[in-house]
Amino acid sequence: MNQNTTDAIKELLYKMADDLLIIGHRNSEWTGLGPILEEDISFSSMAQDKIGQAQALYVLLNELGEQEPDTVAFMRNANQFHNSQLVELPNGEYDFSLVRHFLFDHADQLRFEALANSSYEPLAKVARKVKGELKYHVFHGNTWFVKLGSANEESHNRMQAAFNEAWNYALGMFEPSKNEDLLIGEGIFEGEETLQEKWLANITPYIIKAGISIPSSETWKPVYGGRVGNHTNHLSPLVEEMSEVFRYDPTAEW
Amino acid sequence: MYGNAYIDPNDKATAMTAGEDPKKLEEFEARIARGEKIEPMDWMPKEYRKQLVRMIEQHGHSEIIGALPEGTWITRAPGFRRKLALMAKVQDEVGHAQLLYSAAETLGKSREAMINDLITGKSKYSNVFNYPAFTWADACIIAWLIDAGAIINQVANAKGSYGPYCRALDRICTEESFHLKYGHDNVVTLATGTPKQREMVQAALTRWWPPIMHFFGPSDKISNHTEILMRWKVKMATNDDMRQQFLNMYVPKIWDLGLTLPDENLKKNAEGKWEYTEPDWEEFKRVINGGGPCNAERLAVRRNAEERGRWVREALNTTESKYIVPLA
Repeated sequence: MNQNTTDAIKELLYKMADDLLIIGHRNSEWTGLGPILEEDISFSSMAQDKIGQAQALYVLLNELGEQEPDTVAFMRNANQFHNSQLVELPNGEYDFSLVRHFLFDHADQLRFEALANSSYEPLAKVARKVKGELKYHVFHGNTWFVKLGSANEESHNRMQAAFNEAWNYALGMFEPSKNEDLLIGEGIFEGEETLQEKWLANITPYIIKAGISIPSSETWKPVYGGRVGNHTNHLSPLVEEMSEVFRYDPTAEW
Repeated sequence: MYGNAYIDPNDKATAMTAGEDPKKLEEFEARIARGEKIEPMDWMPKEYRKQLVRMIEQHGHSEIIGALPEGTWITRAPGFRRKLALMAKVQDEVGHAQLLYSAAETLGKSREAMINDLITGKSKYSNVFNYPAFTWADACIIAWLIDAGAIINQVANAKGSYGPYCRALDRICTEESFHLKYGHDNVVTLATGTPKQREMVQAALTRWWPPIMHFFGPSDKISNHTEILMRWKVKMATNDDMRQQFLNMYVPKIWDLGLTLPDENLKKNAEGKWEYTEPDWEEFKRVINGGGPCNAERLAVRRNAEERGRWVREALNTTESKYIVPLA
């Protein structure tokens, strides 16, 4: 594998792993605080899956010469993370967390489904396992999104407001990479544009069913920047909290 | 995890069977004596039902309140391995609350009513969770020693007489045994780690020792009350017996790690019984009645979570008919 291809794969792995680590972290913040016990448990399950998936991708990075997964996850600063800004936003109320989960997991499921056929076999192998887990995340997201979008006036209004708030950030998940052509050309990944098209097609029926309106397309302003290390003010405190104990004594085994 | 149910010592023992049909009571007690389980639709004395609801409910509350001090460390857990394990552990605890509330519901009190009694301060939960987990090491000590205490209590209660509670406890005990291993592994790692780690685990142990000694509750007064509850297999072991069992199992393990306990009088005597400085029971009473360092905060967090989630629960209660956005 030549250096350009390796670099392109690393970039792809970093953004995916960082997305998963950060949204997993956010999901885990619901532990003990969910609207019903069953949701507490669901968000915790998803958090565990996502953080486990992030770890699997950091292991692939490690095999490509990057540092150990723990070092990569717990010793970087916020501006070294490549997650989309969508996942770093605070949980807010359950409406926002749920809308984000719905929008993110549809995209991630499609991403891993595409990668299950990647020409980069180590990633394809991980993707085949992960897409099986994501099926349940998407199912959970769909069920709640449709129910709360259409249950009563308050829940509808809340869900619509959260949807409007999340929308441009969600479009930011598909921030094009400088390596798109190479990844597509070598059959490693189908590219962000294709992914976004499939995503829109997949989420639309559920959005209609929930009675939620998608903001009109001329108002769309995808929030880019996350993939190149530009983040909101929310990421830095998250990273500091996440690494607080690990950095307390970096020489230690924990 | 769980603390021993707090039974009000002022309950009048004579009132416990007042007004019950003597024949039914006799049959009921004979069933229990034969080792049969009582099931939800079976006849039972009012007081049996009341004590069980109180006990199972307190246990359920302890699980969800217990998720708070440990839960705050999920987002700080050092490294993937610890983070994943702690998430799974705390998730288990919330799952235990779900199981326990379901068991208590079979006795006629709804989950909503139980949670309401928790957040209004009407019903209790284990006293230990009114203390803060200052550092990562505190979360490790909780996972090891509080869960160890809980297992002793729950293994005893799993042999009790009420079927749904026993079945819930069997499953809970299996999961708790993993928590215990997780906690032990963490404490061993810290105790055999760098000077900073050893210092933090010793400080946490010293902080948690008094609440741990309080964990099983004050010495039982041998009263008719206790006697009936033991005969009905609601209460399965005395507080002192459980405390002895705990000390016997865990003090040697703690000492083996080179950690010290803040009680100069702690030793096993010639008869094999542990001697210790009597814990401060005034402090215990003060904390259980709301005066501990975290009582207000724990309930405020829980109340806030209930309040923030209310719209979700209301939305779930709507029928299948859908809300349609008005056209104008």
